[in-house]
Amino acid sequence: MTSKTKQSFRWKDFINAFGPLFGLLLVVGLFSLSADLRPVFFTGGNAKMILTQTAIVATGALGMTLVIVSGGIDLSAGSVVALSSVVAATLLIQEVPPAGVILLTILAGGFIGAINGTIVAGFRMVPFIVTLGMMGIARGVAKWLANNQTVNPSENPLNRIMEPVQPLNFWPLPIGVWITIILAVLMTFVMRYAVFGRHLFAIGSNEDTARLCGVRVRSTKIMIYTIAGFFFGLAGLLQYSRLTQGDPTVAIGLELEIIAAVVIGGASLNGGSGSIMGTMLGALIMGVLKSGSSQMNWPTYMQEIIIGIVIILAVGLDKWRQSKQQTR
Amino acid sequence: MQTKPSSRLAMRGVHKRFGATQALKQVSFHVGPGEVHTLIGENGAGKSTLMKILSGVHAPDGGEILLEGQPFRPENPEHARRAGIAMIYQELNLAPDLSVMENITLGREPSRWGWRQIRHQASQARDALECLDHGDLPLDQPVGELSIAQQQIVEIARALLGHPKVLIMDEPTSSLTRVDVENLFAVINRLRTTGVSVVYISHFLEECQQISDRYTVLRDGESVGSGDMKGADLQHIIRMMVGREMKDIYPARQTTLGEPIFEIENLSGQDKPLSASWKIHRGEIYGIAGLVGAGRTETLRACFGLDPIKGGELRIGTRVSTQATPRKRLAQGMGLLSENRKEEGLLLNRDLADNLTLTHFKPFTKAGFISRGKQLDSAQHWIEKLHVKARGATQHVGELSGGNQQKIAIARLLHHQADILLLDEPTRGIDIGSKSQIYQLVAELAQQGKAIVFVSSYLPELLGVCDTIGVMSRGQIRACRPASQWTETELIEVAVGQDQAHDGAKEGPQVPDPGNTL
Repeated sequence: MTSKTKQSFRWKDFINAFGPLFGLLLVVGLFSLSADLRPVFFTGGNAKMILTQTAIVATGALGMTLVIVSGGIDLSAGSVVALSSVVAATLLIQEVPPAGVILLTILAGGFIGAINGTIVAGFRMVPFIVTLGMMGIARGVAKWLANNQTVNPSENPLNRIMEPVQPLNFWPLPIGVWITIILAVLMTFVMRYAVFGRHLFAIGSNEDTARLCGVRVRSTKIMIYTIAGFFFGLAGLLQYSRLTQGDPTVAIGLELEIIAAVVIGGASLNGGSGSIMGTMLGALIMGVLKSGSSQMNWPTYMQEIIIGIVIILAVGLDKWRQSKQQTR
Repeated sequence: MQTKPSSRLAMRGVHKRFGATQALKQVSFHVGPGEVHTLIGENGAGKSTLMKILSGVHAPDGGEILLEGQPFRPENPEHARRAGIAMIYQELNLAPDLSVMENITLGREPSRWGWRQIRHQASQARDALECLDHGDLPLDQPVGELSIAQQQIVEIARALLGHPKVLIMDEPTSSLTRVDVENLFAVINRLRTTGVSVVYISHFLEECQQISDRYTVLRDGESVGSGDMKGADLQHIIRMMVGREMKDIYPARQTTLGEPIFEIENLSGQDKPLSASWKIHRGEIYGIAGLVGAGRTETLRACFGLDPIKGGELRIGTRVSTQATPRKRLAQGMGLLSENRKEEGLLLNRDLADNLTLTHFKPFTKAGFISRGKQLDSAQHWIEKLHVKARGATQHVGELSGGNQQKIAIARLLHHQADILLLDEPTRGIDIGSKSQIYQLVAELAQQGKAIVFVSSYLPELLGVCDTIGVMSRGQIRACRPASQWTETELIEVAVGQDQAHDGAKEGPQVPDPGNTL
């Protein structure tokens, strides 16, 4: 039995680690079948465009991974991105120095996250409902703050975070992409090697056990939602920089794209499993799909259908893997 | 019997009440260092309440607990754990996605500035496992992929990490194979030599005799006797476990058996039952005795089509009908009363009428629309017939007392005009008056020629109500006789019997239900 256990253990590990990667290669491979697309698609400039477009979803997905691995969900992500883009723009108009704007915008996201976490953990409410409510609240506050219109600050250094300096070459990558990459590496370490990271998995895997073992479930949860909020705030900053304006109606439905990235990356909505690497690949798969289909001149409804299918396929694969484990 | 000063853990006169139920009346026992002490008692004798008090889940209403001579009153599980009381629950408490090492050290990971020190963590986990002679478990494997026996080792290792003084084990062998039980006993013996006190709870008397030094018998929330296990007379222990009187709350009845109506032969399910057979006639009340986990509920569920049937045959009347869905069974005139009234049996936030008529709307339905008036009339009929205490047919079931809820659940089977009634613990958690009414009702139904399967953990009622009693143990019906030829002692003997030992228990790894991943 030991040898059998070992074998399927590796098989599962294999799919876990490489499933999303195969997905990405498959998507890229399918697009490369088109002779028209190939010369445009496989250029440094296009790769840079994809990375830049993916950075916002990816940053949000870093935070969402924490939440989902712990067995929760955060539906307010899109609204928080919009809110913090408005916060950033408003602060810039108030002539707050760029460093201050960055800090305060991220803190604004974290503040919303802290409220989510406190309600979820303190009152033991279902995260779905709490963050659904917060989705409306944050969106409303964003519109209020922006006076129901876009906020347009004058030229400033923050506008360049997401700027593709030379659009036709891969290098140099925009700062925003680097920030995402660096944070992804950092979070990988946190998830693996920090006590916090392991408690995250423990709570998502079996909350009662975690409590029984003396894990501070409540404060860990508050921390999870707060950190997720920081990431959504940062994503809002990137969003601002991409549009160079604060727009309270931007990023509607972004939370679902973010959740999709996490799920395609192999996380289970039941909690207990998921990885930063998977999430990043999940975000990239969606980025490549979007970019590829628009370059194929497929209508947007086609993209939506395709991404929908990919989500179901990804989760189906996950389910199949689990049933494999069970029949062992 | 005196409390030795060297006693590691002592309880004196501990009592605890939950609402109207006196869960513990007078419990006293003591355990010395390096002693394995067995708590013996029937289902509901108060063992689990006792453990929950020791592990800080419940606070006692009164009495004294001494840990190493000091008064001890744990406020919560964490407090109890810090004080040196480690608990291993019957259901395993593990995070299936985390590795062996992470589960063992969960909640006390060695760390510096929030980063775990993996080398320390690994060596701690390794030490704990080696202490149990299981150093070969792979530290980085997710525990969800281990066998149950291995998972249990991980739990024990986790308990050992805190260097406990007292280790409480609740039914640790109930899902283990014979070989695994021997391994577990080797582990317990090792712990004994290191001076850890073990409180061991099990239904299996032979097992207890094999592993423990001393025992205490609990009955109806009281400790009724303790002594050295060596040379103890099992008959005597069983008599202490049972030791109550029959009360005449049972109906006097004349049984006339009709033709066989419900027969199963070597029925086996997913996990339990392994092989169950019976032949039940019209007018017969067939009782099933056995311990929790013996497979009684699973057998009923399989019969009713809730769980898959893997082998054997099921006959209703003369027709073979092994595979079915609950819908088909209902159509065949079978009804199941769930042991889990609140979660499975009733729609607590719906009214009596809906609950009563749920399986059989037909009499008052026209073109798919239900006549509410007729539905209420029908419900009212049953409410009066069964003397249900309720404001009316529109009251929510959740507002009734347990006994009245149960009557509603039974009334649903009657409204459905079921001929074969599977009753799973029909008197669980209800007062004595309602119990007596339910016995009466069951007797009347049998008189009308219905066949009734009556599962209960309370032996006197089985003996008082049933015509025939079969005893289930480890997934099989071991013995079946007319009720008049059984005594309580004999029933327990067969139920806890080790005759065919553990060979029936579950093999192979347990994988947690993945559930919905959305």
